[in-house]
Amino acid sequence: MTDLPTPLEAARAKQLSAEFGLKGDEYDRVLTILGRTPSLTELGIFSVMWSEHCSYKSSRFWLKQLPTTAPWVIHGPGENAGVIAIGDGLAAVFKMESHNHPSFIEPYQGAATGVGGILRDVFTMGARPIANLNALRFGAPDAPRMKRVIDGVVRGIGGYGNCVGVPTVGGEVNFHPRYNGNPLVNAMTVGIAQADRIFLSAAAGVGNAVVYLGSKTGRDGIHGATMASTEFAADSEDKRPTVQVGDPFAEKLLIEACMELMATDAIVAIQDMGAAGLTSSSVEMAGKGGVGIELNMENVPQRETGMTAYEMMLSESQERMLMILKPGREAMAEAIFRKWELDFAIIGHLTDTGRIVIRHHGVVEADIELAPLESQAPLYQRPWVPTPKLPVLGAVPDPVGLKAALLTLVACPDLCSRRWIWDQYDSMVGGQTAKRPGAADAAVVRVEDHKRALAMTTDCTPRYCLADPEEGGKQAVAEAWRNITAVGALPLAITDNMNFGNPEKPEIMGQFAGAVMGIGAACRALDFPVVSGNVSLYNETEGRGILPTPAIGGVGVLEDVAQAIGLAMPAGHDLVLVGATQGWLGQSLWLREIAGREEGAPPPVDLVAERRNGDFVRAQILSGAVAACHDCSDGGLLVAVAEMAMASGIGAVLEAKGDHAFWYGEDQARYVLAVPAAAPVLAAAAAAGIPATRIGHSRGGDLVLPNGDAISILTLAAAHEATLPALMRDGA
Amino acid sequence: MKAGIILFPGTNRERDMGLALARVTGAKPAIIWHGESELPAGTDLVVLPGGFSYGDYLRCGAMAAQSPIMRAVAAFAARGGHVLGVCNGFQILIEAGLLPGALLKNASLRFLSMDCHLKVERTDTPYTSHFQPGAVFRSTMAHGDGNYFASPETLDTLEGEGRVVLRYCTPEGAVTPDANRNGSSRSIAGIVSENRRILGLMPHPENQVDPLIDGTDGLPMFESISACFATA
Amino acid sequence: MKAYVTVMPKNGVLDPQGKAIGHALTGHGFAGIGEVRVGKLIELELAETDPAKAQAAAEDMARKLLANMVIESFKVEVR
Repeated sequence: MTDLPTPLEAARAKQLSAEFGLKGDEYDRVLTILGRTPSLTELGIFSVMWSEHCSYKSSRFWLKQLPTTAPWVIHGPGENAGVIAIGDGLAAVFKMESHNHPSFIEPYQGAATGVGGILRDVFTMGARPIANLNALRFGAPDAPRMKRVIDGVVRGIGGYGNCVGVPTVGGEVNFHPRYNGNPLVNAMTVGIAQADRIFLSAAAGVGNAVVYLGSKTGRDGIHGATMASTEFAADSEDKRPTVQVGDPFAEKLLIEACMELMATDAIVAIQDMGAAGLTSSSVEMAGKGGVGIELNMENVPQRETGMTAYEMMLSESQERMLMILKPGREAMAEAIFRKWELDFAIIGHLTDTGRIVIRHHGVVEADIELAPLESQAPLYQRPWVPTPKLPVLGAVPDPVGLKAALLTLVACPDLCSRRWIWDQYDSMVGGQTAKRPGAADAAVVRVEDHKRALAMTTDCTPRYCLADPEEGGKQAVAEAWRNITAVGALPLAITDNMNFGNPEKPEIMGQFAGAVMGIGAACRALDFPVVSGNVSLYNETEGRGILPTPAIGGVGVLEDVAQAIGLAMPAGHDLVLVGATQGWLGQSLWLREIAGREEGAPPPVDLVAERRNGDFVRAQILSGAVAACHDCSDGGLLVAVAEMAMASGIGAVLEAKGDHAFWYGEDQARYVLAVPAAAPVLAAAAAAGIPATRIGHSRGGDLVLPNGDAISILTLAAAHEATLPALMRDGA
Repeated sequence: MKAGIILFPGTNRERDMGLALARVTGAKPAIIWHGESELPAGTDLVVLPGGFSYGDYLRCGAMAAQSPIMRAVAAFAARGGHVLGVCNGFQILIEAGLLPGALLKNASLRFLSMDCHLKVERTDTPYTSHFQPGAVFRSTMAHGDGNYFASPETLDTLEGEGRVVLRYCTPEGAVTPDANRNGSSRSIAGIVSENRRILGLMPHPENQVDPLIDGTDGLPMFESISACFATA
Repeated sequence: MKAYVTVMPKNGVLDPQGKAIGHALTGHGFAGIGEVRVGKLIELELAETDPAKAQAAAEDMARKLLANMVIESFKVEVR
């Protein structure tokens, strides 16, 4: 029989539980489970395991409704990352995760450690990371402190990704005042593993050693997981000392050491120490395996002196992993980690008690039954109200004409060139990047020693999600699917990163519910299941919510990288628009940037048309009939054509007749194809019952509009390229 | 040609370099751990690839330059061996004293990952013999500290001895300040040792060897060095 | 007069650079190396002639710009 830990004094425990973010009834449940007042360490463990961040207590009810299976899904949500089969016996392992709050407090380190954390989620499963992407939302560029945030986040993502040698190949950026006090930094990693060599986190084997790997533990980020689950208050400046510092060099060594050890048969289970560090990794590994775990904290490698068990259990120091080894493999594993100059320590063993027992110099600091920690974790069906539907926008006159609007739109912050950002990210390291940022709708990275390649993208249109969360959720998934299709790849699965405000407000919970319903509908219609994800709630400052932002990371496969096409339009090609155009200006960028209005219902997403049009376009690409392809999204048709022209420097003569709503409407399910001759493609489309029109022909150095107005591509490109460098001049 | 790639803690372009060398030799080269004190017998070419050895902490390349294997590389070089250092490898060669100068932070103080064009100043080196005289080729750069610096006397010596092999230029071949993105002295992108057998350069021609990935503009460099040993 | 601002990682904040240098020194056979920390020394030439005012001004500069108060601490010496 073990000794019991020393409980806190009852009143003190109650008060601390509130400070740690536990609600009154949640604390009562702690008392029932333990049958006594908790020790400090126990209270810490409960508070982080039951935080929104670790328990998904507000979102679980809804997330369970998302489709997560398909014949190619190997592991859906619940593991460190999602795993899908991509052919040749290979698996793609991927996930997207937020690091919003840390990135606001300290932009460089917040973003850097976000990249580090998601990389670990992927290589923990036995996959070598082959690409990073990111989805960023910043406030208005002229908002206080925003330049510093943008600069720090971009440097942080680059600083970490460049150093670990994983190419950063894609992403998206939006600017909106609703992110002024709460930017979003969502990082995605994609890795490749042998499909039959995936490593999971369920611990097994009573008596097996529990091994600590990586860097030492310091007092970094204590209560980071609970911080990520509470709104920023004005005193959040005071929370600064909890910021963690990333060490990409240590991470690179950790990747190589893990890959080396994973080539052997030594590992039973392995998990990253992410949010809530040693607590969540040990509790989850033992819990999933249905075993008990005993840890001796004096054996934890420590960076600082005098650390308590409580501090070590809650530390969020980076670049650490927890692993269960098969008996007798300890020395071999240790030799590999020592070679890579990493810490390796046996800090405990598995038991048959079903309990987690924490000892420090022989004194029991925590002793908790694992099953109720998980089974009795809070689960809320929070009250929600559906977001009221907005009326469809009526006719809007064109105040400036097509040409002036185009010059404004290509230079506006949401559409301008992202070159200033991606020029700071190494997108080529690894030697497999076939489509770099800006070259195609999705990034394309080949699998080393194979012809096969992955296409990947991140997408979300938050202004649509605010206006109609359900249509916005559908649209985010549909756009990811479309971007993968536009390079010729077959879309396979997504990861979702749900960024919302305070779920205790029914209207915010209504946004969440709506987005989940929309995402689910699109995933089902497009055979595009959710295999991993992350939820970030309480994204509000001073009670003001962000735009609902369910960022979608999509992955697809190309059997041969040679089939991939980009968006740069060559000269002498017909331009064909696939998909129906009604001229939908509600919530369009034209409406916001030209007419100065953010109004109306967003464009509806017809999932049947999405599927049909996309399958048609992909078949055309794979038949070799298409030289370049670009989907129509922000800015509509004319912006899509302009982007294809700027990518190649080749102009076009546009002949299709239409007003500003035709050229700038954001109707969904549309693609522009550059083809040697329109006739065969139009005939094939007609045969398939798909709307398709020849809209013009590529040639020369000007974009000639149907009304005869001409804009030089050099002028367009200059406006497109100037915005971000001008915004960021003088640095931060 | 028997090539060996040195792996330091934090090296990250060894796979890229392996692919490029395999294109011209047909086999992936040996990977040599930094803690070794000897090169494999019969090594023709030693390559120091790109990356962030020791995290680029202290100074880029400084800690790697002190590795045990670097004593063997220095001895190999002293015997007339061929050594290629790319990006972090160039920084290490400089810190190890095998090439002159220093690599400072880019003039913009930002990491630069982008296309660059390189003017081949000499085709009479082991690394450039397969380029046409006066050739300009596209490559990529990806570095934070690639701003080549040396004293005016050293620069004059390098120029006088014909050791400046690559310069940043426009796609048309003009050596202009705008084409010199990292701010290098005299637009220098790559230099060789006195015996021309040690080449250090900042760009990554190893990423331009495959028509399906980013074109083959960099391939002549690897064909050149491979040809040196073709008949040996 | 001159102000010397020393900026160091805060106590308890991970210093990856110091850690890597410590490893490398040990690897080179230097024995007995404890913690290594890396900071910056910034020399400021100031027109101010009153040491107390110079000290205050430099401290203000350090707080607002020279040090990242989230992860770094500083000290100012005026000579």
